[in-house]
Amino acid sequence: MTIDFDKLRGEFPLLKETTRGKPLIYLDNSATNQKPQVVIDALNHYYCHDNANIHRGVYELSERATREFEKARVEIQTFINAAHSHEIIFVRGATEGINLVAQSYGRSQLKADDEIIISTMEHHSNIVPWQMLTEQVGAKLRVIPISDSGEIDIDDYKKLFNARTKMVAIAHASNALGTINPIKEMAAIAHEHGVPILVDGAQAFPHMPVDVQDLDCDFYVFSSHKAYGPTGIGVLYGKEKLLEKMPPYQGGGDMIESVSFTKTTYNKLPFKFEAGTPDIAGVIGFGVAVKYLKAIGMQNIAAHEQDLLVYGTQKLSAIPGLKIIGTAKQKVGVISFVLEGVHPHDIGTILDDEGVAIRAGHHCAMPVMERYHIPATVRASFGLYNTNADIDALVKGIMAVKKVFA
Amino acid sequence: MSALRELYQQVIVDHSKQPRNFGALDAANHSKEGFNPLCGDRLTVYILEQAGSIAKIQFVGCGCAISVASASLMTEVLTGKSQAEVNEIFNDFHQLVTLGHDAVLEEKLGKLAVLAGVAEFPARVKCATLAWHTLKAALADDAHTVSTE
Repeated sequence: MTIDFDKLRGEFPLLKETTRGKPLIYLDNSATNQKPQVVIDALNHYYCHDNANIHRGVYELSERATREFEKARVEIQTFINAAHSHEIIFVRGATEGINLVAQSYGRSQLKADDEIIISTMEHHSNIVPWQMLTEQVGAKLRVIPISDSGEIDIDDYKKLFNARTKMVAIAHASNALGTINPIKEMAAIAHEHGVPILVDGAQAFPHMPVDVQDLDCDFYVFSSHKAYGPTGIGVLYGKEKLLEKMPPYQGGGDMIESVSFTKTTYNKLPFKFEAGTPDIAGVIGFGVAVKYLKAIGMQNIAAHEQDLLVYGTQKLSAIPGLKIIGTAKQKVGVISFVLEGVHPHDIGTILDDEGVAIRAGHHCAMPVMERYHIPATVRASFGLYNTNADIDALVKGIMAVKKVFA
Repeated sequence: MSALRELYQQVIVDHSKQPRNFGALDAANHSKEGFNPLCGDRLTVYILEQAGSIAKIQFVGCGCAISVASASLMTEVLTGKSQAEVNEIFNDFHQLVTLGHDAVLEEKLGKLAVLAGVAEFPARVKCATLAWHTLKAALADDAHTVSTE
């Protein structure tokens, strides 16, 4: 099936905006992406027609809200091929998913001197929750190095395992470099040592097919807002047997079976981990976003974004003085770069004046910047609605930057 | 002149490429490191204070054109100034880069007035003021690294 991506672009109302008097060229999809009309309509429809609290009302309206909410859970379950819908836990985003696992699984299972393996290319959200855990239980972080191209050498990873290794937490794709990590292989190695693996899928989930059973990861987290869905909602996928033995993360309504002042018993999965009224509209909107992605086909999206990556890499590398940071063989549509003699922030401001929105900074991955001895990079990241013309506009903008600093 | 062209006017680009008074100052009796965690800009300001005024001021570090140019211009303008004069210039400068063009302030601030255009770019105000906050902390002998956050 051939997909007309130009036509799809028309389904994203925000892309018709102008900025600084110029048509918006949006190339900051790793930070968040724009929403198709169907997702915006779903939020509107929910508040106009279905709004009620879920899992408790005896009236028809509450049943309708609950049905739509739970339909989204199943939509997401089948999309990532989870074995059960109760393995899909709704959280605020990938960050909260990692914090949940660190605090619930980590705090109940890890002891002093136990070790957690992460990598140099992690986003702060997959470093800090583990660091907090190490401080709480006296465990240690072990960090997989990365090569100049931004890749993990599997032998380096294997060498970090020992009898004290209790957890592996790794990005499926790097937000700062674009590198796609060999998760299936890394999960198999972790399992040989009897260690569970958490995968931060925030940068991979919107850009490629994800099958959690095929990857055989124990936990997989992702955010809705990076996948064309609403902000404030995300998913923690966990294998049933691990989730079952984990204590609740937060206490409150919906997560209990019965409460008295002497004893509280907890609800079953997934509700045990969903205390309080969730972002119901957000979940429903995310379900619609996933349905939208499914209709286009993740293989098609991946192929389209690979074309953009190839074109962008070729165009940008041809600019004298420009150096791409992160040249792994397997990448998502992320191009991080530095330009000789010009600071990324200045590039960001001048590109903004051309209507081009990119990210300039350390991308919440300060250890990555340290690894390459740079303070910051400029990052262009692609989504399904981007075109070669967007990349041409970026290149034209960089020429304007060079002119200012000539 | 467009806001962007004003921001990156020749004087600023020139100071960013060839910062004045750049380098560590061994004779300094005050020094301080400043850091902008959002963009990674990091610089150290060195001051030789003699009889209550700034006899010499230098800096090292890396940052965007705005932060380096602002630091460079700051070293030029503050050399020979007393503490009281430094405080007054600091306050005037801060007002100029946050509120924008003001004929009276620009007259008072002289060559620093080239940074008035920063006010049009709220995200860049921290770049223009990093060296200044660092200088203030250095003079106060504040023990902590200055952070814009």
